[in-house]
Amino acid sequence: MINWKEKLMKVVFLAAACVSIAAVVLICIFLFVNGVPAISEIGVFRFLFGTKWKPANHLYGIWPMIVGSVYVTAGALLAGVPVGILTAVYMARFCPRWLYRIMKSSISLMAGIPSVVYGFFGLVVLVPFIRETFGGRGMSVLTASVLLGLMILPTIISVSETSIQAVPQSYYEGGLALGASHERSVFYTVLPAAKSGIFAGVVLGMGRAVGETMAVMMVAGNQAVIPRNLTAGVRTLTTNIVMEMGYSTDLHREALIGTAVVLFLFILIINLSLSMLKRKEKE
Amino acid sequence: MKSAIIQKWKGYKNDPKSFGLFSAVFLAMLITMTALLFVIVYILVKGVPHLTPDLFAAKYTSENVSLMPALINTLLMTALSLLFAVPVGIEAAIYLTEYAKHGNKLVVLVGRTAETLSGIPSIVYGLFGALFFVKYLGFGLSLLSGALTLSIMILPLIMRTTEEALRAVPDSYREGSFGLGAGKLRTVFRIVLPCAVPGILSGVTLGIGRIVGESAALLFTAGTVAEPAISIFDSARTLSVHMYSISGEGLYIEQTYATAVVLLIVVIAINALSDYIAKKFFK
Repeated sequence: MINWKEKLMKVVFLAAACVSIAAVVLICIFLFVNGVPAISEIGVFRFLFGTKWKPANHLYGIWPMIVGSVYVTAGALLAGVPVGILTAVYMARFCPRWLYRIMKSSISLMAGIPSVVYGFFGLVVLVPFIRETFGGRGMSVLTASVLLGLMILPTIISVSETSIQAVPQSYYEGGLALGASHERSVFYTVLPAAKSGIFAGVVLGMGRAVGETMAVMMVAGNQAVIPRNLTAGVRTLTTNIVMEMGYSTDLHREALIGTAVVLFLFILIINLSLSMLKRKEKE
Repeated sequence: MKSAIIQKWKGYKNDPKSFGLFSAVFLAMLITMTALLFVIVYILVKGVPHLTPDLFAAKYTSENVSLMPALINTLLMTALSLLFAVPVGIEAAIYLTEYAKHGNKLVVLVGRTAETLSGIPSIVYGLFGALFFVKYLGFGLSLLSGALTLSIMILPLIMRTTEEALRAVPDSYREGSFGLGAGKLRTVFRIVLPCAVPGILSGVTLGIGRIVGESAALLFTAGTVAEPAISIFDSARTLSVHMYSISGEGLYIEQTYATAVVLLIVVIAINALSDYIAKKFFK
């Protein structure tokens, strides 16, 4: 009797463990089955590198959105990475204990603020600010970059901080023993040792920035053309989907799913490099 | 204390580079904390005055823009998603830590797929949910479709935190239990799992935070009907989706601020709860 129960539960546990595998397989199947035929109908080259997205005229080129995603993500990294890493260094090596506790919970709060709230904040604060300072309509590459930079800060900070903390204390002490100041010791011995972990944090932040949807949509302007300058509006892969999914039909709808396929492949590449980095760090 | 500070300044005088490095990290910390504080204080200052009783009316109309139905739906959505994700996540983690042999291929595969799942952007989940739960399984735009989509989204989080918590339980506990004649199943449920409860709880609170903040994954799975869902097949907008909808209409800017306040308060409460759990159990 007991033996029977043991065996049954083992199967239940095994089945539960396989749920995540099944989920990934299902997501792949449903995206590819619905998206790939449309891509081949439009033509792979014309879909990926076509510069005109005009569903009304049956023009489905997502190149502006690919460029848009790259611009906005690069901008977010430019804005977020330096501040994020330096903040992590401060937390790990400079911070008084009382402040550390406050910062730790602030960073996790920052990570927990919903993207609509960030988006709304961007809409009512950043957009007017950018419009008045730099001209243009305010909804722009620049606005989206700054907002995303803010949103990926907690990811970069917490991952970097953990990897800086993991560097053996003897590295730091070695630096001091050679006569380096506290700052030099941290920057020239501890930080290089934490390099791959910090890089993993940056890549993780990059994944967040590529995948962010609602906040970007609220501040980016969403014109489906390649932006000519920083104050021009931009549309990303994610916002392309969410903007038009509600009313699209037939090929248009499938082209949007095709957009998701491209986005999914981007994310898979980022994930792959991330797990490679993680393995490297373990070695 | 005072003389130490003076000494430090004297050191910086001879070593401007160290001073530069220190200023950089200090500045970064200030930027991070100011940005977070600015977002929160701005939303609170602008939103709190608009927290009128009208906003909490039982029924949503275009005049009162009540957030009450959305708040109720958020609770339902959270409960339902957790109902799916928590048992599966815990069972999967039990299999991975207690049953699977070390270096098992399946364990590696589950780990990889869970990592992939946690990197997929929410809009891709939303699209998958729309294709699979809404259309293929025929659940329609409903609480159920939304909750199933979200439960896949938070599954890796619950699995990982539970796995970590289970691994932290010392082997001597298990050996003691086996020594007293308990079977594997009894050992897992009576000895190991109770020890891991705090870790599991912190994972669950993080999951709740993600559910509450999610919007992109819900637009095309749970829909935007602003009424409390009566059955699980009813379309239901959660608080985040509600905030997004009313911010887009441009007419309800004051109500949007107020809704943002409510969302922020919920998120802050969830964070405080997880901090409290962490402090209480892991010292």
